[in-house]
Amino acid sequence: MPETRLLDAEKIRKDFPILKRKVNGKPLVYLDNAATTQKPKVVIDALKHYYENYNANIHRSIHQLGEEATAAYELAHKKVSDFINAAFEEVIFTKSTTESLNLVAYSLTSSLKENDEIAISQMEHHSNFVPWQQLALKRKLKLKFIEIDSKGILKEDSIKQNITKKTKIVSVTHVSNVLGTINDIKKIGEIAHENNAMLIVDSAQGIPHIPVNVKNIDCDFLAFSGHKMLGPTGIGALYGKKEMLEKMEPFLYGGEMIREVTFKHTRFNELPWKFEAGTPNIAQAIGLGTAVDYLKKIGMKNVMQHDKKLTEYAFKRLSEIKEVEIYGPESNKRSSLIAFNVEGVHAHDVSAILDSNGIAIRAGHHCAMPLASKLGIAASARASFYVYNTKEEIDKLAEGIFKVVKIFNAK
Amino acid sequence: MTENMEPSYAGEGIYRENILDHYKHPHNKGIIENADIKFTENNPFCGDVITVTIKLKNHKTDGMKLIDDIKFTGSGCAISQAAASMLTEKIKGKSLKQIKNIQRDNIVNMLGIKIGVVRTKCAMLCLTAIKEGIKKI
Repeated sequence: MPETRLLDAEKIRKDFPILKRKVNGKPLVYLDNAATTQKPKVVIDALKHYYENYNANIHRSIHQLGEEATAAYELAHKKVSDFINAAFEEVIFTKSTTESLNLVAYSLTSSLKENDEIAISQMEHHSNFVPWQQLALKRKLKLKFIEIDSKGILKEDSIKQNITKKTKIVSVTHVSNVLGTINDIKKIGEIAHENNAMLIVDSAQGIPHIPVNVKNIDCDFLAFSGHKMLGPTGIGALYGKKEMLEKMEPFLYGGEMIREVTFKHTRFNELPWKFEAGTPNIAQAIGLGTAVDYLKKIGMKNVMQHDKKLTEYAFKRLSEIKEVEIYGPESNKRSSLIAFNVEGVHAHDVSAILDSNGIAIRAGHHCAMPLASKLGIAASARASFYVYNTKEEIDKLAEGIFKVVKIFNAK
Repeated sequence: MTENMEPSYAGEGIYRENILDHYKHPHNKGIIENADIKFTENNPFCGDVITVTIKLKNHKTDGMKLIDDIKFTGSGCAISQAAASMLTEKIKGKSLKQIKNIQRDNIVNMLGIKIGVVRTKCAMLCLTAIKEGIKKI
């Protein structure tokens, strides 16, 4: 096994203007990367450059600016599809993971009939939960839940029990945004395909941290967001196997997605534009392409090793605090986040005290209320790491938690 | 946010002794059986939930409805729990009309701390539950 190494975070930090700022008089320690990551200057500049130099609508304006904007937008498409080893026509730009998953859910509606089954897991984010729940209610489908064990890992027998010949869709998260569990999506996909079901992967928390090759995973769809991988907000993507996208109905109708419109009939555009109705988020797409370039330059394997090493260190430091309870699996089975609670203290208060020390974490149910109820907690605190974080910042997190304990345990 | 803007709240300063005291030893925690008003409110962003139960009585002379007793249960952060503890204490004997007039500023003054927009939702949870519950009668 290769030795896991930390990145030269000090060098990387120079690329992120926001990391210079202070919060409540202290240097910002940004540990809320699972919510959204910060943006390197190159990404911010890419948006600015577009607006200042070649702002135009794409695929329609026959002038120089239109040409340049179209070329840049299509290049962003190419960068993102290359990044996950997909073909150009297999990646659709959306505004977010949520929109990507809704797109699939809506577009597949007509291919489902009463009593067909959809299997998701107990650890899904609302974005991979509510669309299926609502679709099931409307179309009288059965929604099944793959269970988690006490460590927050999907139970193997439950995977097999809930994916059967009746299953049409299996939609699971790549990495849990609460537990940090990395799911064996390749294996789940094999079981799905043995049963003639399709596999949809929510990789919002996966792609930023783990090299993803859709051909290797053999998933039918994969959804992710740009803003959790150094890109701007308002841009996300949906990968879909070409043969699936070809037979799927469009999600939105309108401009851009058409080839020919008559008073009676519309012929849809070719892939991927068939699913990109309306003027897209052009600047954001270009920004995402730049973010992909930036990540590729670091190397996704290096990103993964850095995040893994930091997470292991944070797991160790937090485990040393006896008032802290950590949710989810051991550090070697998780991605780059740790959700926890401090005994007798609400997560909000943990977050507020850390914030007064310049440390940004998330507190709440993390948009996974069914999972929170399964864990028997109302809320939890969550620290999540990325390429610019350092061991020193994790030491500050641990010190901050000691402070929380001290404030709340004082007479 | 620029450097010269005021911080949204006073950091650790909000965890004053009286706040922590109300959080650890809340007043009026529990449920009133046969309550006249029962209402549950939650804050979907943080998972906080509160249930208030209220027993009413009539004013001796003009027959106005007054709060005879009030209790709350639920879970939440120090701010939401302390606010519930203080507020339930404060409004006993008050008329429903007086309660309708309680605003955000009154809650902030009662707590005696500076809070930002996000924490305001926590501080207001109990009052919202009481007001919504009153609307139901």
